[in-house]
Parts: sequence; C-alpha cells; structure tokens
Amino acid sequence: MEFPYLSSLIFVPIFGMVVVMFLPKENHKAIRWTATIISLIPMLVSFWLTWDYFVNFSGSAAMAYQEGPYSWIPSLNVQYLLGVDGISVPMLFLTGLLSTLSLLASFGITNRVKEYFAFFLLLEAGMMGVFVSLDFFLFYVFWEIMLVPMYFLIGVWGGPRKEYAAIKFFLYTLFGSIFMLVSILILYFTSEPHTLNMLTLIETCPTLSHSLQMVCFIFFFISFAIKVPVWPFHTWLPDAHVEAPTAVSVILAGVLLKMGTYAMLRVSWPMFPDALRTLSFWIAILGVIAIIYGALVSMAQKDLKKLVAYSSVSHMGYCMLALAAFSSVTAIAGCMFQMVSHGLITGALFLLVGVLYDRAHTREIAAFGGIGAKLPVYSGIMIFFSMAALGLPGMSGFVSEFMIFVGAFGALSKVLVGISVLGVVLGAAYMLRMVQRIFLGEFDKAKWGGLTEINFREIVTVAPLMVLTVAIGVYPAPLSNLMRATLENLVTLMAR
Amino acid sequence: MEFQLPEYNLRMMLPEIFLFLWALVVFLFDLLSKRRSESAVGYLTLLGLLICGGLLATTGYGRGFGNMFFSEPMALFFKIIFLGSAFMAVGSSFGIIKQKIVNHRGEYFGLILLSTVGMMFLASSQELLSLWIGLELTTIPLFILAAFFKDDKLSVEAGIKYFVFGAFSSALLLYGFSFLYGMSGTTEIVAMKMNLAALFIANGSLGVVPLVAMVMIIAGLGFKLSLPPFHQWAPDVYEGSPTPIAAFLSVGSKAAGLVAFAKIFVNGLWAFWGAEMAPNDWGYLTGILACAAMIYGNVVAIRQTNIKRMLAYSSIAQAGYIMIGMVAVNEWGLEAVAFYVFAYLFANMGAFAIVAIVEDKTGSCQIGTYRGLSQSSPGLAACMAVFLLSLAGIPPLAGFLAKYKVFAAAISLAGQSQDYTWLYWLAGVGLLTTVFALYYYVNIIKQMYFSAEESPYRIKPNAPAVAVVAIGLIGVVLFGIYAEPILQFVKDIPAAAGVIPR
Repeated sequence: MEFPYLSSLIFVPIFGMVVVMFLPKENHKAIRWTATIISLIPMLVSFWLTWDYFVNFSGSAAMAYQEGPYSWIPSLNVQYLLGVDGISVPMLFLTGLLSTLSLLASFGITNRVKEYFAFFLLLEAGMMGVFVSLDFFLFYVFWEIMLVPMYFLIGVWGGPRKEYAAIKFFLYTLFGSIFMLVSILILYFTSEPHTLNMLTLIETCPTLSHSLQMVCFIFFFISFAIKVPVWPFHTWLPDAHVEAPTAVSVILAGVLLKMGTYAMLRVSWPMFPDALRTLSFWIAILGVIAIIYGALVSMAQKDLKKLVAYSSVSHMGYCMLALAAFSSVTAIAGCMFQMVSHGLITGALFLLVGVLYDRAHTREIAAFGGIGAKLPVYSGIMIFFSMAALGLPGMSGFVSEFMIFVGAFGALSKVLVGISVLGVVLGAAYMLRMVQRIFLGEFDKAKWGGLTEINFREIVTVAPLMVLTVAIGVYPAPLSNLMRATLENLVTLMAR
Repeated sequence: MEFQLPEYNLRMMLPEIFLFLWALVVFLFDLLSKRRSESAVGYLTLLGLLICGGLLATTGYGRGFGNMFFSEPMALFFKIIFLGSAFMAVGSSFGIIKQKIVNHRGEYFGLILLSTVGMMFLASSQELLSLWIGLELTTIPLFILAAFFKDDKLSVEAGIKYFVFGAFSSALLLYGFSFLYGMSGTTEIVAMKMNLAALFIANGSLGVVPLVAMVMIIAGLGFKLSLPPFHQWAPDVYEGSPTPIAAFLSVGSKAAGLVAFAKIFVNGLWAFWGAEMAPNDWGYLTGILACAAMIYGNVVAIRQTNIKRMLAYSSIAQAGYIMIGMVAVNEWGLEAVAFYVFAYLFANMGAFAIVAIVEDKTGSCQIGTYRGLSQSSPGLAACMAVFLLSLAGIPPLAGFLAKYKVFAAAISLAGQSQDYTWLYWLAGVGLLTTVFALYYYVNIIKQMYFSAEESPYRIKPNAPAVAVVAIGLIGVVLFGIYAEPILQFVKDIPAAAGVIPR
C-alpha cells in the first residue's frame, strides 16, 4: 500500500491539535512553534503532491493518490474515500501554504494562545478534508467541522463586534449546509444502488429528470453560493472578515471562499448539466452583479479591511462569471486561476492590513496619509499587492481575469461580459484611491511618527505570496498544464 | 373448557424483578443506616443499575407471563437507554444529596429505580393495559421526585403541575384505549390489529371511532412527550424539579413515551395495514404536532435565560425531530427513532449533568452563570460545548448522525410513495429549525468562551458526576465516529415491531 498522503493532510493537523492541547498553557513560545512546525508537514506534503501530480498525473483526468473506498459506516453506505485531481491539487497547495503563513502571522496573539492554535489546526484539518474527500457524507462532515473552529476563532479573538460576526457566519453557513444535506439525501435515495460516492453520482446523475436536477442543483447552489459568497448571500462576509483576527481573515479569504467555487466544480456543475444549461444565464447575472456591486461598495468603504473584504465579493464574482461560461475550458481555467490568485493576493492584503493595524490600531483610511515616506518597505509591498489586485499585467490577477473574459466572451452574452469588464476599471479605482490616500500625500509626523517598519517575520509571511503572484503572472503555463486534463474532462462532463 | 395456566417464564422478567427488589433494598438501607448513609446509598443505587444491566444482557429474547411480556430487540434497546439515563441521573445527584436532600436519600434513589422499573415493563409489554400500568409506574414516582425539595416553592409547583397534567393525560390515554378495546374486543396489540383488519374488510370502513381513539391517545402520549400544544408543563417542571430529575424526565420518561407511541401506532395501528388500507390519519396528526414542536420549541428556547428552561424547550424540539422518524414508517423510521434517542441520551444527560455540577457550586441555573467558564474550568466547558454541539447536530458527533438518520427516513419514504410526499415538508421544517436551534445552543458556548473575564467559579465536580460527564462525552464522540455496532443493532427493531417483514 502506498503512503496515505491525503489522509496525512487531514490527520497531521488533528494530531498537532492534540499535541498543542497537552502543552502547558503559559508556555506561549512552545505552543506557537509546535503548531507552526507541525503545520509544515501538511504544507510540505501538499507541495510535494503538487509537484508529483504535475510530473506524473497531470496528463489524465483520473483521480490520483486515491485512498479507499474503505467502509466507514456500512449500514449507511458511507465510505472513506479520498482522491485528488487537477482542481483539488492547487487548492491543497493554497491551503497548505496559507495555513502555515497564517500561523506565522498569528505570533502576535497573546490572549488564550493554546486554544487559538489548537482551533487553527482543527480548521486546517477541516479545509484539507473538504478538498480531498470524494464521498458526500465525508465531504459534508468536513464542511461542517470547519465551522466550529472558525466560529471560535472569530468569536474569541475577533474585533469589537466579534460575537455578532461569529454567530452570523455560523448560522448563515449552517443554513446553506442544510440545503446541501437535503440534496445529498435525495441523490442517495434516487441512486440505484444507493451510494454517496461522488464519482459514481457524477456518472449517474445526468439521467435524473429535469425537475429533480433543478431542485438538487438549486439546493447545492444555495449552499455553495453562501460560501463563495455570491450576491445576495454575501452579507456575512464583511462582518466576518472585519471582525476576525488577521490570520483568520487570511484563511477566510484565501481558502474558505474557494470551497464554494471548488464544490461547484466538483459537485453540482458536472452532476446536473441539464439544470446548469437552464440556469447558466442567471448565474452569469449574479456574477456580474457581484463584480459591479462589490467594486462599488469597496469604493465607498472607510475601513481598509472592509475595502479588501468587499473586493473579495467582486473578485469572486469573476469566478461565478467564469463558471457560468461552463462550455469554455479557458473560462473554467480562468476561474481556477482566479481562485488561486485571489487566495494569494487577498491573503497577502489581509496580512498587510493586519501589519498596519497592529501598529496604528486603526484601519480608517482617512486617518492615514503619506505613510510611504515613513515605511518604504511596507508601502512597497502593499502597493505591489494592490497592483496585483487591480489586475496589473505580469501578476497573477491579470492572467486570471484575462482568461475569464476571453473564455466568457465566446460562451456568454457579450453584453454581460462587456459590463463585467467595467469591474476592472472600478477595481483600479478603489485600489488606487486607497493607495493614494494612505501612502501618498501629506505625512502627519505628530500622529504617525512612531510607526515602525514591517519586521522580518511579517516579511517572511508575505514574501512567498509575492513570489508566487509574479511567477504565475509571468509564466502561467505550469499551473494551466497541471489542470488541463481535468478541466477538459470537466467541460465534456458538463456538455452531456 | 379446561382452564390452562399461562406459561409464566419469570426468568424473562429477571432484570425488572431484581431492580424492584433493589429499590426496596435502597429504601431499607437508608432507614437502617439511620439516614446517615450519605453517598453510600447513591453508590448502592448505581451498583444495582449495573447489576440490572448485566442481568439484561444475559436474559436474551423470549416471552413470559402468558403473552404479556415480550423481550425483543426494541424492548432490549430501550431498556438499555432507560438504565443508562437512570444511571446518569443518579450519578449526577451526588451533589444534591450532600447539600439539599439530607433526610430522604433512600426515597430519592429508590423512586428513581421504581420509575425505571416502570419504563422497563412498559418497553416489554405488548398489551394496552400492562402498557398503561407501566406508564403509570413510570410517572407516579416522578411526581414525587419533581416535588422533592419540599421547602422550595418552584419544586412544589413543579410536582403539582406535573401531577395534574400527568393524571389528566393518563385519563385521556385510558379513554382512548377503551375505544380501541370496544372496537376490537381485545387489549393485546397484535390481536387488536387483526380484529380491526377483519372489521375493516367486513364493513369497508371503521367509521369515526378509531379516529377518536387516535386523537385521545395522541393527546395522552403528547403530554408525556411534551409535544405542543401539550407541552406547557415541561419548562416549569424542569425548572422546579431537582436537575438530575429534570434530566431523567427529558430522556428516560420521554423515551418511555416514545416506546408506548411506537407500540400503539407503528406496531398496532399501522404495521398490519397495506398501503391501500392504511388510515394514516395519526401520521398527519403527529406530523403536525412534530412541526409545532420543532418550530415552537426552537423559537421559544432562544429567549430563555434559565438553562433548565432552555433545555426544556430544546427537549420539546428534539421530541419533534424524533417524531419525524416515527411517522416515516418504513424500514428507516423506527431505526432512526431508536438511534436518535440513543444519541440524545448521551448528549442531553451529559449537558444536564454539567448543569447540575454548576448548580451545586453556584446555586444558579441562569445562563449568565456560565460566563467565562472556559477559563476557570476548561474541561467542563469543553465537555458542555461538545454536548451542545451534538444536540445541535454538528458532525462528527452522534447527534448529527441521529439527525441524518431521521431526515434520511423521511426523505426516503417521501421518495418511495406518493402518499408520503408531505414528509418532504416535514423534513424541510425540521432542517430549517435546526438553524434556530444552533443559535441558542451556541449561545451557551458563547457565554462560556467569548467573555474576556474569567468566571469567579472554579468548579471541582465530585467523582460520580465526572464519571457521568465522561460517559456522555465518550458516547457522543465515539458513536459519532464509529456508530456501526449500534446501527446494526437498531436494524432489527423495525422487523421485530412488525413494520417490515421479518
């Protein structure tokens, strides 16, 4: 038997959580380093998997490193079945990387350190689990497990309105999950023989009646759209993002939002092609609304973190637009690129907002001005990522947006794509305005004279993200080659 | 005709007889030790329950006392639940007997045992009268137990309220039974359904009388299960009675009501009937009550400030979820009911045990008391969080699997038969209300964890209470991750109850 790489991604963090719980409460240093070092293992495994998948498996759409099916609850036909393909590997890479970086960025937490790091590792296990499970029950379990540590992380270590934000996040997502649960049960009882295996269901589901497909598709869509979040289900996101501690915002933006789009590509898109064809226009509309609305609302924000949060709504709108253009491999690849690139860029932006907030204790854009003169390194990095977020060529954001527009232009209504291109302009507007008001202009020496430059640990947390943003922007071929076979197969599945 | 003595086969009843005698031993022990027994009498009770469990395991299946006493998978499974809930209630009583109940410890524990005996008889009876007697034996000791703090107004109120409601509901139940007896000429459930079927075939319909009987019986059992609109006693009684008794009421006595319901309706009025003959009126009626329970229980629980009242409303809602499984009368339904009660046993008894521990220390059941508990007593707070998340149905805890099974039962039957598409709506209401439920369960977690200041109470629970919490924790976690043995066991229940062919 091969080494269970995928299981190790889930169980190493859980093991780490147990270890952290047994460390003495007062020894903050030991807790921090133990958690971070243990999280290096899933990170390195996910890097190795990405490399190995690229070299050995990227030519075919089949599942790699498959584990199982082992019977878990035989009387309910629940199996332990893991596997990855071209759409989950980049997500694992992102999860492994961002988890470790976020743990590093959490060294500033001084309050109830032990619980914090234990919950964080549990969160990592849940996220990894979602991206590798191929059994619906298992998928649902991981999807839900993740909510609990997230709830605590926002609620205990969050900002002033943390309690409200935490419960809103929890209730909203659970509300979505129940729709998924109904769909899973309907699929289970309509399949013959009854199964929860996603791969089998992808084969059999397109034969379901149109109305049943529509019901299941819409139920799954509600559940996943809340996670993405697609307008009008996005209202939990600004609250959660703004109140969450920095590292948790990074994980929220970098990984949790991607779960929604990942689940659409993994589950509902290939399973219900009929329903997808009927509804793709409306999904595109939702995507366009999210792009424009998110960008406009970002522009109105006074709080820096809220600005970044709403920009996520806008950026995930591109993903929805791409997903609506399901007949184009380019668009779907663009969606995957956007998921990765948004994870890198917005993750970094949240880290950087956290850096500034730790020093200035405010995030109000109007309170700053001319910071560039005082903090040249910090400002350079922040401006770099702002440019990346607005889609400057040479960085990953440009590649993904370009692919999405090219793909969607051929597959969707040209008017819709035309409107959504406006989002790029608006994106430039809010990002540049923010840069101008914080980093340029008059420097208030009395107020901000005491600000210190970004330190080494903080640079370490954003440097890998910078490197990857540029690498993907300049040379996107490896990533697209890694996904190509899987995406081509997906597009044929969706064309059934 | 020569009169033949029925075959007694008293061996089948060994666990019940033992437990009854042991209750008398417990009474006597306290008297003989001149009421100075302290916790020894509690340990004696726990020992009795353990021995009874051992006897139960060795008794096996069969029938006794004519055809009145059956030992079959459903009876056995629910007897384990009754003994478990009694064990956990007794285990969490050690704080109370030290502080509050100084004079009647023997009676307190003995009555719990007697009530358990009643539940066990009820689970084994296949005949309306002995079922009713079992139910009475279950509730009458509970009337006394609810009012056990006789100097406390709330407790006395609880006792009186429970007595009045309980007596009234028993009367309704008996009235309903009398209609069934009048129509079928027998009180034996299996013979009853055969006679009713013969009557149906002869006349083409049964008229309105069975309907009246159904309404009476559902109302009577609705009181025991605290299904709205028959639930009003529950919050007051839970609040006033000693906490372990409230726990016992919410699990043991509720499970007893469920067994009675399953026997009368699923086995007696449904099982024999084919789809064309099935008068599923009780299903609709119960479905409506289940809806009301889920909506009302979950919504009102949100506003509670006393944790015992909150858990009372939560248990009203949980009864609603269980009834979904009850009306989904296919091979999944009864299984789901049994598994749900099993998961509920650990989570709810565990949560109540912690409420009792906190109450022993602080003297308060206000939710505000739990503020900052995660920092002064981290283990206790973590266990409470796990129990509440299990009650809310968050995977991978047992409560999630229980909800999964119940909703699966409803959706599978709704997909199988045109007559049952209304179950989609029932499952829909159930799923939507779980979102409300999450809010108030998580509210306690919020109090325990989110507050910046530490709780002033450092709680050191006594050993039996720790054991109860540990049992609950192990049950909730273990049967969430590895439930297969239990799921295999409950598979036999529908067949034994005659819902599907053996």
